[in-house]
Amino acid sequence: MAQDNKIIEQIVDRYDADVGMLIPMMQDLQAECGYLPAEHVRCLSKRLGIPLSRLYAVATFYSSFRLAPKGAHDVTLCMGTVCYLKGSGRISEAICREFRVEPGGTTRDRLFSFQAVNCVGACALAPVMVVDGKYYDGATPDSALEILHKLHPAEEAAETTTKEAQSD
Amino acid sequence: MISVSTRFTSCADIETFAQKLRSEGGPASKLVRVCIGTGCSAKGSRRLYELFCEAAKQSGQDVRVEAKCVGCHGFCERGPIVVVEPGDIFYQRVEEPDVAEIFRETVLGARVVERLLYEDPGTGKKAEKANEIDFYKVQERIVLGNNGLIDPTKITDYIAEGGYKALAKVLSSMTPDDVISEVEAAGLRGRGGGGFPTARKWRSCREAQGSPKYVICNGDEGDPGAFMDRSIMEGNPHSVIEGMLIGAYAIGSEQGYIYVRNEYPLAVEHLKMAISQAREFGLLGKNILGSSFSFDIRINRGGGAFVCGESTALMASLEGRTGEPRAKYIHTVESGLWEKPTNLNNVETWANIPAIINRGGKSFADIGTEKSKGTKVFSLVGKVVNSGLVEVPMGIRLRQIIDDIGGGIPDGKRFKAVQTGGPSGGCIPAEHLDTRVDFDELTKLGSMMGSGGMIVMDEDTCMVNVAKYFTNFLQKESCGKCTPCREGLAQMLYILDRITDGEGQVGDVERLEGLAELLEVTALCALGKTAANPIISTIRYFRDEYDAHIKEKRCPAKDCRGLFRYDIDPEACKACGICLKNCPVDAITGEKKVPHVIDQEKCTLCGTCWEKCPFAAVLKV
Repeated sequence: MAQDNKIIEQIVDRYDADVGMLIPMMQDLQAECGYLPAEHVRCLSKRLGIPLSRLYAVATFYSSFRLAPKGAHDVTLCMGTVCYLKGSGRISEAICREFRVEPGGTTRDRLFSFQAVNCVGACALAPVMVVDGKYYDGATPDSALEILHKLHPAEEAAETTTKEAQSD
Repeated sequence: MISVSTRFTSCADIETFAQKLRSEGGPASKLVRVCIGTGCSAKGSRRLYELFCEAAKQSGQDVRVEAKCVGCHGFCERGPIVVVEPGDIFYQRVEEPDVAEIFRETVLGARVVERLLYEDPGTGKKAEKANEIDFYKVQERIVLGNNGLIDPTKITDYIAEGGYKALAKVLSSMTPDDVISEVEAAGLRGRGGGGFPTARKWRSCREAQGSPKYVICNGDEGDPGAFMDRSIMEGNPHSVIEGMLIGAYAIGSEQGYIYVRNEYPLAVEHLKMAISQAREFGLLGKNILGSSFSFDIRINRGGGAFVCGESTALMASLEGRTGEPRAKYIHTVESGLWEKPTNLNNVETWANIPAIINRGGKSFADIGTEKSKGTKVFSLVGKVVNSGLVEVPMGIRLRQIIDDIGGGIPDGKRFKAVQTGGPSGGCIPAEHLDTRVDFDELTKLGSMMGSGGMIVMDEDTCMVNVAKYFTNFLQKESCGKCTPCREGLAQMLYILDRITDGEGQVGDVERLEGLAELLEVTALCALGKTAANPIISTIRYFRDEYDAHIKEKRCPAKDCRGLFRYDIDPEACKACGICLKNCPVDAITGEKKVPHVIDQEKCTLCGTCWEKCPFAAVLKV
């Protein structure tokens, strides 16, 4: 708990405890933890003196906030008009079927979190899939699945980091 | 090099500094400009930039070679784009192995690498410079003028191209009223969608009681298929900041906000850098350029809610609340953010302001039609040969944009409609392609200018499905505060779903029209009031498609699953067996050298065979 407070303290100080900056604070918290952990949200509510219900109202209203931990990788599929016209609906179906995941959800093995977003604004590349910040243009159901099958699970990624850390 | 600790203390400092920057450039220097807009970086342009930098370092020549990251050129279809100076040689679809050749031939040898030039698909003629390409010829670039020229992360680049000159002019020789009059003379109307006269908004805010006053830049570009504002914020962030400074001076505000969409990380990064540089140079903060005017800007990132593009919802979000709009019988210019007078304009509107001050309002008003002045940036996308960002004078015909700039429809398909105005807009059919693009003409056709998305659709696009797409989008994005929008959209989506599923009922079109009218009259905010536009405009121009779905259970565009079937053309089938192997329900039979057949009883219409067939022998019938 003490550590929680530290994170929240830092974030709150960054914005001079200005309640108007609630959304940036929650964005910072999510950037730090990958999602909004319940205990941190409670702590933030106490620290700012605003009801917990209001924090959850904000957290559930805006689609970018997550209340559960995310997977090892971020997969974003653009569902903008152009991507949709060029078949991103079929790509989404293929991903959901193959990995048993829903848009907005995370695969059971926590390999990746899958988001279907309104438009990433890269329409000349349609259909676009973004994996960990890397843009893939002209995606098809086949090419999307191929990319996702090549992703390494969290444990491997974590192991490599630990090994690197040990060797340092 | 110029010291970074430069701090301007008077209006004259800017021109002196710009002259110094320009004289230091020197005519002998060679420059490679690499586009790092989202489109080009997605195709690896950042790596190209690094390679050019390495090459420049190692060249060891007497000439000074500089590689530079620049914002979006607009021609995203042909990215990554690299421009070499002198000569402005325009290379497209550049890949890593091409870097060495460009460097050796063009940068050092002043020879052109023919194979990387743009080739006109009609005439086969190669273009050396951007302005020889049809895509650029018809354009008039005021807002995007510096995109592709300057490095958006360097304030010095912007100043060398005449940046902040308008601010200096305003602070040294114009009163706030003069500024508003100049914008009024320019006839500028809001580029975010509504088309409200900018000067009138500024004046109301200036005259409103209460302080402090706020100015806001709406960068929550939520319309799917639109990325004009993203490219401006990424490619020329200082133009937005300068516009806001001038607006704040005219209105009497000391605090500004830029609200940027969450999905635009690069725009946030470039704006942040631009703001901190502007502070260092004394262009934001206290007593700007030695005057009594003080102003600063804060960036807020959106949370991923479309409705926050609506002004009152955006302000609620800035106050740290859920983004629900409120009724606007009290205008935001009187009581907006924190119940103080607030002036909100869109990114492109702000970016027009420096150009208006520099050119003079009257000369700006020479461009465009009687009631729509200046230029408009459109993102021309969809089923069109040249996708990208285009800036055209108001009054240009839709046909010119789609055929001359966009190069028409690919794959020999037929044009069906162009969708403008985002989810609040409508679809315009072929018979209206000669319409002149301005705020009022597009509204007459049942669409709207909107923020500038222009999505081209061909014969394979089902217009009922398009209406369903937008309705689904808006139903998900409706904040749920007012009943007509929350429940009405759900009902309309329900009806559209059953029409595209082949279960439409006679009278459904009329039911949709009834709900649409209800929404327009009773919804709280613009999202709800205009939400039925996609449905109404497609009914208006493509009623026959609705009827085919409802009465004949047939989708004329062969887009709606279940309303057409797949068949194998025995002439085209090479009996390769790919479809047979991939069919998830074993509905395809056939042997070697015998054309395959789909068992219509077993087929689930998943379309896998159609996608996989290498000979296009699977047909939609």
